[in-house]
Amino acid sequence: MASTVTTGGAAAAGPPPVKRKSLMGTRPWVALVFLLPALVLLGSLVLYPIGYTIQRSLFDADNSAFVGLKNFGEVFTDHSNLTAVKNNAIWVVIAPVVATALGLIFAVLTERVSWGTAFKLVVFMPMAISMLAAGIIFRLVYENDPDRGVANAVVVGIHDTFAEASAYPGARPRPNADLAPSAGGSFTTKAQAQPGTAAALPLIGVPQNKLPGDTQDAKAAAPAADGGVSGTVWLDFKPGGGGTTGAIDPGEKALPGVKVEAVKDGKVVASAKSGDDGTFALPASAAGARLRLPSSNFATQYNGVDWLGPSLVTPSIIVSYIWMWAGFAMVLIAAGLAGVPRELLEQARVDGANEWQVFRKITVPLLAPVLVVVLITLMINVLKIFDLVYIIAPGASQSDANVLALQLYLKSFGGGNDQGVGSAIGVLLLLLVLPVMIFNIRRLRREARR
Amino acid sequence: MSAIAAKLASWVSGGAVRVFLIVVALFWLLPTIGLLLSSLRDPTDIAASGWWKVLSAPSQLTVSNYKSLLSNDTVVNSLVNTILITVPTTLLVVVIGSLAGYAFAWMDFRGRDWWFLAVVGLLVVPIQVALIPVAQLFGKIGIFGDITGVVLFHTAFGLPFAIFLLRNFFAEIPRELLEAARLDGAGELRLFTTVIMPLGGPAIASLGIFQFLWVWNDMLVALIFADSDSQPITVALQQQVRQFGSNIDILAPGAFVSMVIPLVVFFAFQRQFVSGVMAGAVK
Repeated sequence: MASTVTTGGAAAAGPPPVKRKSLMGTRPWVALVFLLPALVLLGSLVLYPIGYTIQRSLFDADNSAFVGLKNFGEVFTDHSNLTAVKNNAIWVVIAPVVATALGLIFAVLTERVSWGTAFKLVVFMPMAISMLAAGIIFRLVYENDPDRGVANAVVVGIHDTFAEASAYPGARPRPNADLAPSAGGSFTTKAQAQPGTAAALPLIGVPQNKLPGDTQDAKAAAPAADGGVSGTVWLDFKPGGGGTTGAIDPGEKALPGVKVEAVKDGKVVASAKSGDDGTFALPASAAGARLRLPSSNFATQYNGVDWLGPSLVTPSIIVSYIWMWAGFAMVLIAAGLAGVPRELLEQARVDGANEWQVFRKITVPLLAPVLVVVLITLMINVLKIFDLVYIIAPGASQSDANVLALQLYLKSFGGGNDQGVGSAIGVLLLLLVLPVMIFNIRRLRREARR
Repeated sequence: MSAIAAKLASWVSGGAVRVFLIVVALFWLLPTIGLLLSSLRDPTDIAASGWWKVLSAPSQLTVSNYKSLLSNDTVVNSLVNTILITVPTTLLVVVIGSLAGYAFAWMDFRGRDWWFLAVVGLLVVPIQVALIPVAQLFGKIGIFGDITGVVLFHTAFGLPFAIFLLRNFFAEIPRELLEAARLDGAGELRLFTTVIMPLGGPAIASLGIFQFLWVWNDMLVALIFADSDSQPITVALQQQVRQFGSNIDILAPGAFVSMVIPLVVFFAFQRQFVSGVMAGAVK
């Protein structure tokens, strides 16, 4: 698990003590007894394993031959390893920055509402639960079926509000009718539209019960007077059977709202929509054109986004991580914010600075040390991300969502059968946290000297 | 006039802030509410529609999923295992960490400060670097697959933070208190149990809460070192995730059951948890 950057002075860990002599009369062996359990555990389960892993990373899969740095080369060349490296890089750059930025925004804004504490509690709460539980929560959120996953339910809801939903998904003409399938899912008449005669555009494939109850019966269109083209779009199906194919029989329903285009030489010259009784009227320019029902009338329903598909799976999982950890950033930043002198902010406001300027020029610079600590802590945390990816990525896109810790697990314990490469990944992770390790040690030494 | 305009502007922006925060809070709450409501629906209802349908049809709510979950031996065993792993680990980390923290704070021995720096260096070591060798080591001494192994591994990796936190806290205890006790004839062990441990209460509480939640919520360590008899709830549920979709009536209540204790601990000990999180940030 490995803790991280130490926030000096925060909470229980007070300021570092000045050098002080120990109590008189402590014999060295007593100190050893007090330290022994810790030393044994740290030595055998932390230090020795580090040494072993470094050595193991230089040997091949069955630990029989020394291969030098070959395993490390494989981490950066083998396709599946490389995906993990790339995804880890995306994680380490995006997740901490977004979580910290949100934490900063929340911390600043909650100061302006009376229920800020309740808000913080809500956002901080996910930190208490396991990544497994969070993973299951977000698997539910990201379910593909918009009737089950809330993310797609929202997306589809928004989509259908702004984009026109197609009126009759799946509707089609009868086979071998004059109206026939044309490019891109549209339907076009073979015959040219004649002014003065009503065109018939019969469709089937719309379940009667999907039509609104107040749908009118279809009517034959009156011939257009001014040399235009008229016609009817209707459902060529007589409830109870009977009726003539291609003719408007009594009781057959109109299909209102269908777009009809007049096409001449591949160009749309006029268009109209069928009315409540299924009739439409096109101007004289449509004479001699073919009539086309564009595919937008029949497009299948929009089903939302494939959140956990190969291209979106990593961003989707990052969102779940931010859901868990933005609260951490918020709480630390809020604690830092409490230390920012109010007079300074007030003075700036009196001097005419607006809220954005106060935030940008005073709050953020004063919070910089805290922001750095939060960022580094999150980076170390994200570097080792495992559970969320393991749980949320479905089997089919697991390889697209792969990260280093997961790849280490798969290679070493999950059937990959190559603890050499697994160890190399482990060493790589250790190398990546080394700067923070040194930073922590140097900081402590500096504080001890004061 | 401009004063009114300014007031209006600030009211509007205040309203915008409120609306924004409410939307954010909803975004944070909805996923968990979704899990809770899903866990309270029949499998056939789950398959037919989204959890939000419950809001218009509250009669769908049922605890039958929880009943069948808690009559499932694997689940009950794994919950017991979670406790058997978490409680000893927390106690061990607190006790061993306190002993070492006290030694680093108040005892004199050669290279003390260097040893302490070494411990601080271990704060950020990722557990991944130790998984392979420790798995082999546990195999050799015959505790691979045992709860013992899981407990020992968690304890070892909990210690650097524990020692760091407690040493800093113990060092703040006034010297006079310790000297007075010493003059009364108390030995190191008496000093430790009667002065250090009681006065270290706040730090120990923070550490304990933090460690408890950490181990309770762990999946990776147990995934590797536990077997089917010693697996905690996280590992048991993890196997179910492979068939996600057909078994939400198991996964949703299972996840919720695994969250109950951490949430109770979190709400009961918020202050300690937050100070634990802040003292050393998080692993």
